[in-house]
Order: sequence, then C-alpha cells, then structure tokens
Amino acid sequence: MSTFQYYRPQRFEELWQLMVEYNNAFSLLAGGTDLLVRLRKGRTNSRALIDIKGLQELHGGIQEINGGLRVGALALMGDLVDDARMQQHFPALVEAMKWVGSTQIRNRATLTGNICNASPAADTAPALLVYGARVNILGSLGERTLSLEDFFLAPGRSALNPHEIVQSIDLSYPETPNGSSFLRLTRRRGFDLATVSVACLLIPEAGRIRFGLGAVAPTPLLVIDGSGVLTQTESAQVAKESALAKLAERATPISDVRASKEYRQAMLFALMSKAQHIASERLNQSRS
Amino acid sequence: MIEKTITVTVNGEVHTRTVKVHRTLLEFIREDLYLTGTKEGCNEGECGGCTILFDGKPLNSCMMLAMEADGHDILTVEGLEKDGKLHPLQEAFIEVGAVQCGFCTPGMLLSAKACLDEFPDASEDRIRKEIEGNICRCTGYNRIVQAIQVAAEKMRQDTLIVNKP
Ligand code: FES
Ligand code: FES
Repeated sequence: MSTFQYYRPQRFEELWQLMVEYNNAFSLLAGGTDLLVRLRKGRTNSRALIDIKGLQELHGGIQEINGGLRVGALALMGDLVDDARMQQHFPALVEAMKWVGSTQIRNRATLTGNICNASPAADTAPALLVYGARVNILGSLGERTLSLEDFFLAPGRSALNPHEIVQSIDLSYPETPNGSSFLRLTRRRGFDLATVSVACLLIPEAGRIRFGLGAVAPTPLLVIDGSGVLTQTESAQVAKESALAKLAERATPISDVRASKEYRQAMLFALMSKAQHIASERLNQSRS
Repeated sequence: MIEKTITVTVNGEVHTRTVKVHRTLLEFIREDLYLTGTKEGCNEGECGGCTILFDGKPLNSCMMLAMEADGHDILTVEGLEKDGKLHPLQEAFIEVGAVQCGFCTPGMLLSAKACLDEFPDASEDRIRKEIEGNICRCTGYNRIVQAIQVAAEKMRQDTLIVNKP
C-alpha cells in the first residue's frame, strides 16, 4: 500500500486545519470499504488519511427529527437496515442497503460514505433520491443544506467544497399511502457494481411517481411524473408505457465493461416497469 | 506521524505496539502478532477469509487499518477455544465435516459465532444470510450450514443447563 500520513482529529478545528494543510491531497476515512481498495491499487493521490471517527458530533446514529429521520454521517448501513423506523418508512432504501457488500461490509460502510463518492452507480443513491434526501454539510465557514440531487455534480464529484464534510442526511417520511421498491441488475449476485438500478416511490393521492435511476447517467438521476397517468389503475396500458418510456429517455447510459448502452437502455425500461409494479402491489397490501 | 502506537485487545490479551500507519489490521494480526489463523484471500473485502470480530461484530480485517483498531476489542479464530476446549462451533464443524481445505474455516467460524450470538435461534435462511460474506470453494456450504445448526442446538442446551437453578 502507498504511504501516507494518518490523522484522527477530535475537534472540527483540527479537521479544518488538516484540510487546509493538505489542500486536496487528503482522503476522509470513515468506513474505508472503498478507500482501502483504492489506496491499495494506487488509485488515489492522497498524502494523508483523515479518520473522522474521532469526531463525536458525527456519531449521531439515527435520530428522529420533525417529520422524518436524521442519519448521522457515521451511521453504519448494518445498523440502518436493522432499524424499525427505516424499514417502515423507507423500505426501498433498506433494500438497496441490503445489496451493499456483505454483513462484514455493512458493519463498516456508512450511508454517507456511499453518496460522498458520488459514483453514478452508488447503490443507495436511487432510493435516497426518490425519498427526497437532503444533505447537511458542515464547513469551516458554516453549515448549508443541499438536496441530494444538487449534491451530485459529475462522476466522482460532489458539491462538497474542499473544506467541507457531510454531517448528516435528512429523510422526510413520504406522504401516505405510498408504495416503494428497489431493483438492481448485476452480472452476478453479490458484490458486483450495479449495471442498472432503479428505485420507485408511488404516491397515488398526489398522482405522482418518482424514480431514482442508477448507473445510467453521469450522476444518479431523479425523474418524476406528476400527471397521474402512472398512478391511476384505470389508465390505459399504452398511455402508461409511453409515460414510462418518456421518463426512461432522460437517462443517457454509456457502454462500459459491464454492459452496452443499448442493453442498459432496454433494461432500464424493464426495471422501471417492474419497480412500479412492485411498488403498487405493496401499496395495495398496505391498504388492505 | 508515519508510525503510531496503538493498544488493542486481541483474544482477551492487551497488546501495545508501534505500527506503520499504512499497515492493515489483517497484516498487523498475522505479521505482528503472528496470529495466522486469520487468512488473506482477496485482500479487497470480497472473500471473508480475513473475518474477525471487532467489538463483537464481524468485519473484514483486510479493509481496515491497524490504526483504526486502537482501543478496540478483537476476537480471532485463535480465541474461540477456551481452556483447551474447542468452541461448540468448532466441534460441530469437525463432527459434520464442514471443513475441507480449511481456508475459509476461520472466517466462517467467526461469522457463524456473530450470527448465533445475535440470533441464538437463527433459521437456515438467517444463517445463510449471515455467512454470505464468506466464500467457500470446497464444501458447497450445506455442511457448513448444518454444522452451524448443530452448534446452535448444542449452545441452546448448554445455556439451559447453565440457567437451571
Ligand atoms: S481477504 Fe479480506 S475479504 Fe478477502
Ligand atoms: S473448506 Fe476450502 S474454502 Fe471452504
């Protein structure tokens, strides 16, 4: 492994100082499940690792806030999947997290870390997008909050300034009744990166359906249809299909080692219809 | 600060060592403490050969720095045996024939222990889920799952006996 300095600040003051000192040539270490692989393969130019687990303020876990949940930066995926409130209100996100690695990985990986890498294929991003997640950012100059949509800028690039960190992620309970689902296509079951992933949230009373799409655009993508066509059971099949196709067209997949552009496009449509189907079945179950 | 002194409890024993900061926890366990029961397979978090219990939870030690273990409690396969007596899981693995080449066994045992510590009545599905991060190229998993079930039964009976007035 390449050599680097290791720091474990206890106070934010120290953190900001280190960030200035290393001016971009540092990596923040939380779970490290991604970072360690990159370090080993020499895929980072970091001269310092700043371990943020010494900062007590980031250990907030899962807190109830007005009308939702606040997930602290260091909250582990393993704890989030077991949380009853998460399971009840954000089932698609729980499903997405269950796809991440293994028990061992989820016991170490943080939800915040998963989005901070700003990978277009981040497993949790589509579900976080449909639930309208907001990212609370802390920096030496103060705090700000961004919607997750605005947080992703480009592959591997988030809206974080060099001297800022994510403090927590806020999730508001979606309007009820609702149904949600998550689907993910990979070459093999297990730890592979997603070829295409889709989260769906259906809110019939608002006539709204939200899809989060992963690995089909430079950033995870949120597409919304508020026309009601996709939420009414009596809509004609053709109308539904064309509304869905229109949403899928927003994606701009590329070809890579995992799949071709055409395959991704075709699978995206199939996955979206299936995700919608599952979400509406769940909705009906919750009603009966 | 290329080296740092850390204090780690491993299998009940406290170790204070000065370690290079880029050393992984796996390297520290195998090469500094000479506890070679913990295996290196993939070195990238996929195979589970390097599984240890970290404050009671299964983690991949190849995915962590030794630095991150400072102040924490670790159990490796060497710590399963008590006073010369094998852990019920170890006994069951032998009895059922869940060990072939044995490379996955240390990690498997620790994932199994974590599973049964949390879910003493774990169903077969639960067991399979909890060992999904441990790859075995030999057994086809069935014997391993059986062995864990046998151990679970044994451990339940042992607690019954202990808890008798
Ligand atoms: S060696 Fe750590 S998971 Fe394979
Ligand atoms: S016994 Fe050989 S890998 Fe499991």
